[in-house]
Order: sequence, then C-alpha cells, then structure tokens
Amino acid sequence: MIGTIPLSEVLIVSGALFCIGLCGALLRRNAIQIFLSIELMMNSANLAILGYGASLGTREGQIVVFFVIAIAAAEAAVGLAIFVALFRHTETIDVNRINLLKW
Amino acid sequence: MIALWVIPVIPLVGFALNGLLGTRLGKGFVSAVGVGSAGLATLAAYSRLIPYLSSGGGTPVIEPYGSWIVAGSLSIDLSFRLDPLSALMLSFVTFVGFLIHVYSVGYMHHDETDAGYARYFGYLNLFLFAMLVLVLAETFLLMFVGWEGVGLCSYLLVGYYYDREYAAAAGKKAFVVNRIGDFGFLLGMFGLFTTFGSLSYSEVFGKAAGNPALYQPALTLICLCLFVGAVGKSAQVPLYVWLPDAMAGPTPVSALIHAATMVTAGVYMVTRCNVLFRLAPEAMAVVAGIGAFTAIFAGTIAVAQNDIKKVLAYSTVSQLGYMFLACGVGAYVAGMFHVMTHAFFKACLFLGSGSVIHAMGGEQDMRKMGGLKSKLPITFWTFLVATLAIAGIPPLAGFFSKDAILAGAFEAGGLRILWAVGLFTAGLTAFYMFRLVSLTFFGRFRGTPDQEHHLHESPPSMTLPLIVLAILSVVGGWVGLPAVFGENANVFARFLAPVLPGLKGVEEHAALPHATEWALMAVSVLVAAAGLLLAWSWYARGEGRTPARIAAASPGVYALVADKFRIDELYGVLFVKPFYWLSRTLWKVVDVLLIDGVLNAGAFVVELTGDLLRFLQTGNVRNYALTFLLGLVALLLVVAGWI
Repeated sequence: MIGTIPLSEVLIVSGALFCIGLCGALLRRNAIQIFLSIELMMNSANLAILGYGASLGTREGQIVVFFVIAIAAAEAAVGLAIFVALFRHTETIDVNRINLLKW
Repeated sequence: MIALWVIPVIPLVGFALNGLLGTRLGKGFVSAVGVGSAGLATLAAYSRLIPYLSSGGGTPVIEPYGSWIVAGSLSIDLSFRLDPLSALMLSFVTFVGFLIHVYSVGYMHHDETDAGYARYFGYLNLFLFAMLVLVLAETFLLMFVGWEGVGLCSYLLVGYYYDREYAAAAGKKAFVVNRIGDFGFLLGMFGLFTTFGSLSYSEVFGKAAGNPALYQPALTLICLCLFVGAVGKSAQVPLYVWLPDAMAGPTPVSALIHAATMVTAGVYMVTRCNVLFRLAPEAMAVVAGIGAFTAIFAGTIAVAQNDIKKVLAYSTVSQLGYMFLACGVGAYVAGMFHVMTHAFFKACLFLGSGSVIHAMGGEQDMRKMGGLKSKLPITFWTFLVATLAIAGIPPLAGFFSKDAILAGAFEAGGLRILWAVGLFTAGLTAFYMFRLVSLTFFGRFRGTPDQEHHLHESPPSMTLPLIVLAILSVVGGWVGLPAVFGENANVFARFLAPVLPGLKGVEEHAALPHATEWALMAVSVLVAAAGLLLAWSWYARGEGRTPARIAAASPGVYALVADKFRIDELYGVLFVKPFYWLSRTLWKVVDVLLIDGVLNAGAFVVELTGDLLRFLQTGNVRNYALTFLLGLVALLLVVAGWI
C-alpha cells in the first residue's frame, strides 16, 4: 500500500506535518496544545521512517515505528501527569505564566 | 637513689593536678599540691645532692634516658647531667623555690578566687619544672626547652592579673623582648651544631678544649649569639626593658622568677659555656662591657624610682650586670657565687617588699610609706639584713660575692675601668637600697589613716621564708671566703673548679697579692658604707630635703633619670612605631588591597558575567524551544556544509 506511493510524496506530507507541529509547539500557549503539537511532530517522523522502510523493502522501519508509538504512549502518560500536577499548583497551564525559572 | 628525671617531673605532676582539678577541689588542695610538689622536688634534689657533694663531686654524672631526636647526622639524647654547676643551681632553685611557694600561700590566699589561686600555683609549679629542666639538661637543645619553658611561665605569671591592661601588656613585652634573645640563642645553637656536629655539653666542650686552635675562629660569633640569648633572658642592656615592667606580676613571682632563678639563667648559660667563651676573648670583652654598663646604668635609674618593686627590679638588672661583668673578666666562680648569694638576698628583699605591700593594702609608692619599722618588725629586720647583704657589708653574703667580682675585675688588669665602674655601682647599690629602707621603714608614716589602721605583720607562712632567707643572706657567703683567709678558704671555688678546665693558649690571671686584696676589700667596704650613710642621712633623718634640692637644681637631668632615661620611649620610636607602621602597611596595602583585591576582582568578574548571562533565562518554555530549533537548524547547516 504505502509502497505504491512515491517516497518523495510521503516525505512531503511528513515534512508538512512536522512544520505544522513545530509551529504549534512554538506558538501555542496552552500546554496541552503544545503537547499535541509535539505528538504531531513525532508522528510525522514515524511517517518518514515508514516511507523509507517501504521504499527500501525492509521491515525494520515498521518495527522502529511500533517502538516509538509504545514509548510515546508512556511519555504521554508522564506528560499529562505533569500537567495535572502543574495545574493543581498554579491553577493554569498557560506556559507564559509558568516562568519560575526566569532570572 | 632516685633518678634525676624525677626531680623536675614532681612539679610537673603538681602542675597537672592543680591545672586539672585545682579549681574544683579548692584552695586547701591547691596549697597542698603546690607546696607539696615543690617540697618533694626539693627533698628529691637534696637526696641526690648530698651523696654527690659528700663524694667530692668532681666528676659529672650523666643519666641518658634514650635518644630524643635522630635525623641524619643530628642525634640528640634526652639526658640529664649532675655536675658541680648544675648541683649548685639545683640546690638553690629547689630550696628558694620551695620557700617562695610557702610564702605564696600567705600572700595569695585572701585576694584570689579558687580558680585564680589554682592557676597561680599551677603556673608556679610549671615554672619550677621548666627551670629544673634548664639547669639539669645535658644538651643545649634540652636546655633550650627549659629556657623557653621558663619564658612561657614568666609571661603567664607577669600577666597573671590579666584583667588589668598594664599587666597583660607587661607580659607581652616580656615575651616579645625575650624572643629577640632566644633568636640569638637559636643562632648560637645552629653555629655550635655546624661547628661541632653535636649539641651535647660533653662533646662540644670536649672538642673545643681538645683542639682550641681548630675551633677558635668560629667561636667568637657563636659566643656572641649565645650571649644575645643571655642578654634577653637576664635583662641586660639593651634588652633589659622587660624586667622592670615584669613587676606587674604578683610579688612572689617577682622574687622567684625575676630575681632569684630565671633571670640568672643567662649567667648560668655563659658559665656553662665558659670553655667556649674563654677561647673567644673578644666575646668575653663584650660580655664584660655589657655587664659593667648594665650594672651602672640600671643602678643609676634605681636611685630615682619611687615604686618599691621598681627599685628592686632595677637593682636586679644592675646585679645581673655585675654577674656578667664577672663572667666577662673570667671570674666565673665569682659570677656564680653572686648568682647564689643574690638569689638569697634578692628573694628576701622581694618577699619583704611583698610583705610591706600586703600590709599597705596594695600600695607600692614609697613616698606614701615610712615608719613601718615598729609595725612590721620581722619584715623590717629581715629586710635590713638582706639590704646590708646586697650593699656589701661584711660579713654578709653579698660582701664576699661582690668582693670576689671586684677582685676579678681588678685582676683582669688593663685600665681597671671595669673595676672602677663596679666599685661605683657598689656605692650606688648601697645608696639606693638604703634610700629604700629609709623611706619605707624609718621616718613618719605618710599614708592615709585607713592604711595606718590596717597595718599588720604578715602571717607565719610569709615571715618564715623571710627569716630563712635572711639567715641565708648572712651565712651564704661563708662558703666562698677570699684567699686571704687561707689557701683553702674558698670551698666554693674548689667545688666549681671541675667546671672550669684549664685551656691551652688561655692564660689564667695571677692571684692578687694579699695586701692588694685587703686594700680592695677595705675600699669596697668604705664605698658601700659611704653610700649607705649618705642615704640614711638624706632620707631617714633629712626626710628627703637635700635630694629634693638637688633634683630642683637640675630638673632636666632628674626627670631624665626618673623617666628611666626614656629608653622605652626611644625603643618606641626606633622599633615599635616603625614595626607598627610596617604591619599596618602590610595589612592595609598588601593584604587588603593586593590579596583581597585580586580575589574580590575575580569574584566580581564572575558575578558580572552571570548578571549579563542570566537574561537568557526567560523562564518561558517556548523561548527555550525556539533556541532549540535555531540550534538544530544551525547544526544541520553545518553538517550539510552550507556554513
């Protein structure tokens, strides 16, 4: 299936997704939205790996992507837990207002 | 027979007991331990001395207790030595020390807290320990340990009333001035070690006596260095300034440390090294010159002092000068003889002055005393005896020792200027001592009615030592009768003879003809009597009107003498001020400005950098992410080779 799509197109989609995610991560103020943007960037990377794997005719790409998805799930759990804890403390998840590390 | 090391260790144990437990167990315990350990040490010393003396006492007994320092070619044994010289010192250091411990019980009892009392006796015992180590040591280094030990105890006891500023300052002064002398002693020891390869008496003196010509060139410098040590410890010009100030300590301390024992350590050391000094005639000349000058200089100052203890202090400096004069002209026996008799009569005088001060409720100014003869009879009679002894009236102890020194100075020949100075000083001594007696004990009472009401003779613990010392001041000189009383009359000289071996290339002075000796004696007695009578007629009967007229006639000279020739002020300008200035410069410029400055500048640069860089920490997570991105882009560009 994916093997029938040319690699260049897969990479274009992947790059576009990455840029959207990046913009979201940099411009959003809501921590959860930033988090989702980062997920988006990660999945764009997954897509790129799958594309390369298919074009090379190997299975390693798919194996690596499975690993990434599994670890991303764990990471999502930790990240969301941090946000909950943060919210309890500061009553906000606006990252502009969470700046205790300022000089 | 007990070992020699036991003798100093007994007072050391007393020091430890009094120091650790004295405050808690009270004055009774402290007195028992303090006096008891001094008494036991005396008994132990005499249990060794009596057999030694009865066996003739010629050969030295050396008791080694193993090696102390071994490093390369340096090897120093821990050993004690009993020979005629150390036996002599041992005999009166322990005995006079014991008497003064007894006296202290009466003197210190009322004024002091339990803690102060324990501290006092602890230090006094420690002093006895150090002094015994000093006299018994067989090596220069062990002697130096005792030498420093007595210096420490002197500092501690001079500053005993540490809450009074002048006492604390006097203690510091004593210590600092002594350090100058000790530095000379150290240099002398270095010289001895490089020259002889050893610091043991027997080896050094044996080598020097065995081959004088080989060692002679180095000896002058070594002897001068050693003599600097003696000048510091024995308060000679120019390092005498600490001794008068040291009178800030309790009076028994002045008697024990600053009159009878510690200050004579310098004379003991020079006599101990007589083999070296006799091979260095130039050094001997310096010793004699300094001694004679100190004798007359300090004697002159004593004439114009009004503090009873200050008179005695300058008198001590003057008498110590006498002893060095004796050593310098080669009359070592006479010097040591005077050390011994001086220990008796000067201890008696100091303790007597303590009794007077005690009765006067702490008053030390003689102008406010007078007429104490009838109120303090025992103090008066013992004081009078000791005064006659120091003035050199026959047949008291001081006459014989002083006469021996004057005879030695006369024998030395030359212009006889040293003899003339000594003779004049003898007259001065008689004068100022009888001035003291007249002002204190004769005439009418010049203090307040309160003080007059309070006047009382001291308790037996104070008067008994006075009586014993007064008796010794009478009979103490009879062991050293001059040669006119027969060839063998001078037991003292025969006893000390083994310490003074004959040396190749050093000629002994011929003994004086008897007629000359009689004449010298007559002259010195006449001079002493003249000084004595003059003081008596001026101060006891004339109530000081004649000297007041003389002082008024030349106020500048009188003020100069009364101000002790303003030597302290001179030293202040010459040494203390520049040193203070140097220290201040080092502190303000080198330490604060340079060293602290460099450190602070470093810290400032770090702080400034931090201040600037911290603005990068916005605390905004998206800024960090952007930085991340820019960094990544830059990295990619570099990897791709575009920049």
